[in-house]
Amino acid sequence: MERSAISRQLSADDVWAALAHVPDPEIPVVSVTDMGMVRDVAVDGGRVTVTFTPTFSGCPALHVIRESIGEAVRALGVPDVEVRSTLTPPWTTDWIQPDARERLRQYGIAPPAPAGDTPLITLDPEPTRCPRCGSLNVRMTASFGPTLCKRLYVCESCKEPFEGFKSV
Amino acid sequence: MTGSGQPSAVSRQQEMLTPELQAVLIRKLTALADDEIILAHRDGEWTGHAPILEEDIALANIAQDELGHATLYLDLRRALDGSDSDRLAFFRDAGEFTNVRLVELPKGDWAFTMLRQFLFDAYEALWLDAARGSTYAPLAEVAAKAVREERFHLQHTALWVERLALGTEESRRRTQNALNELWPHVAQLFDPVLGEAELVAAGIVPDLGEVRVRWEGFVVPHLTGKCGLLLPMTLAEVAEGRDVHTEHLAPLLAEMQGVARQHANAEVW
Repeated sequence: MERSAISRQLSADDVWAALAHVPDPEIPVVSVTDMGMVRDVAVDGGRVTVTFTPTFSGCPALHVIRESIGEAVRALGVPDVEVRSTLTPPWTTDWIQPDARERLRQYGIAPPAPAGDTPLITLDPEPTRCPRCGSLNVRMTASFGPTLCKRLYVCESCKEPFEGFKSV
Repeated sequence: MTGSGQPSAVSRQQEMLTPELQAVLIRKLTALADDEIILAHRDGEWTGHAPILEEDIALANIAQDELGHATLYLDLRRALDGSDSDRLAFFRDAGEFTNVRLVELPKGDWAFTMLRQFLFDAYEALWLDAARGSTYAPLAEVAAKAVREERFHLQHTALWVERLALGTEESRRRTQNALNELWPHVAQLFDPVLGEAELVAAGIVPDLGEVRVRWEGFVVPHLTGKCGLLLPMTLAEVAEGRDVHTEHLAPLLAEMQGVARQHANAEVW
């Protein structure tokens, strides 16, 4: 970071741009901003406050995310960084950016179906499309996957197993 | 179990609570957290032992979620009284835990584990659904968050109960046995803590009687209609409170708290 860049007044956009490079620790093809986890950035002179929201409350990567956000902002030359969390409004997969959904799909993870109008108390799983061949003829093989946010499926059309993002 | 809410919002809300309401709310939050911690431990006992790898992973996921919810409740408590979540979880004895007896019963077989989780998940999901309307904003926020996660537990365990009940003669026998054993313990889920009526009157927590009506309307048709199980009897009423435990809780805590108590001052786990 050049000194001239530091002396220039840092804007919230600069911070957002830096956070766009902070990867999700469990799905490195998407960033914390792609996932809609960063809710607010406030710049007050040499002090930056970033508010983020956890995806799943039991997610073991939360402290890693918190530290990565702090490091990314400090790398801009900001001495005083506060990373706070909020639960309101609760995170939803509907906040995942469209281009990030496409990256998830290319990575082999079926992006989440729209969560907006899904009843909160329901026994029916959301429809899921195979990320490789696009078929809806898929079968869930495990309703919990290697991370809290995913499930396991196999495609009955192309026979490939794949992970799918839960709609939250 | 550390987290950071927004202390300013919480403290503004706290000012609306009388000291009496605050004391009852602390009791209620602790009871909610204790249920989750103890159930999560029982689920965790399957790690490495579940019938198939996918279920090993699923129960570990569920246990992780339940601990996440316990953390949310204990964070709310900490905002009220400054208590340390880890000390509450790892340094209280059986007599100080306030979980319902349902969650401390030994893990049993797979049918017992899935049925208990289903009964609890339905209760938790419906309680959280109602608690989203709490007048105590920090609790409403926690409920709105956690209810979204609880849905996946419910989908999973409801399907397992169905699969086991309609599976083989042996799986059906085990599922019915589990229901016979668990059913008498269910009523305690809907037994308020001391003073809870005051919280309900203030709109801070849902009325457990109303939650129970919704719960029965959800759970009973699934068990009897869809799964063809027989309900053993009408729900028994609760004879003893949350401070009375079975002989199974103390050994559970001895295992759960062992490492923390042996290395009480450890900073890195």
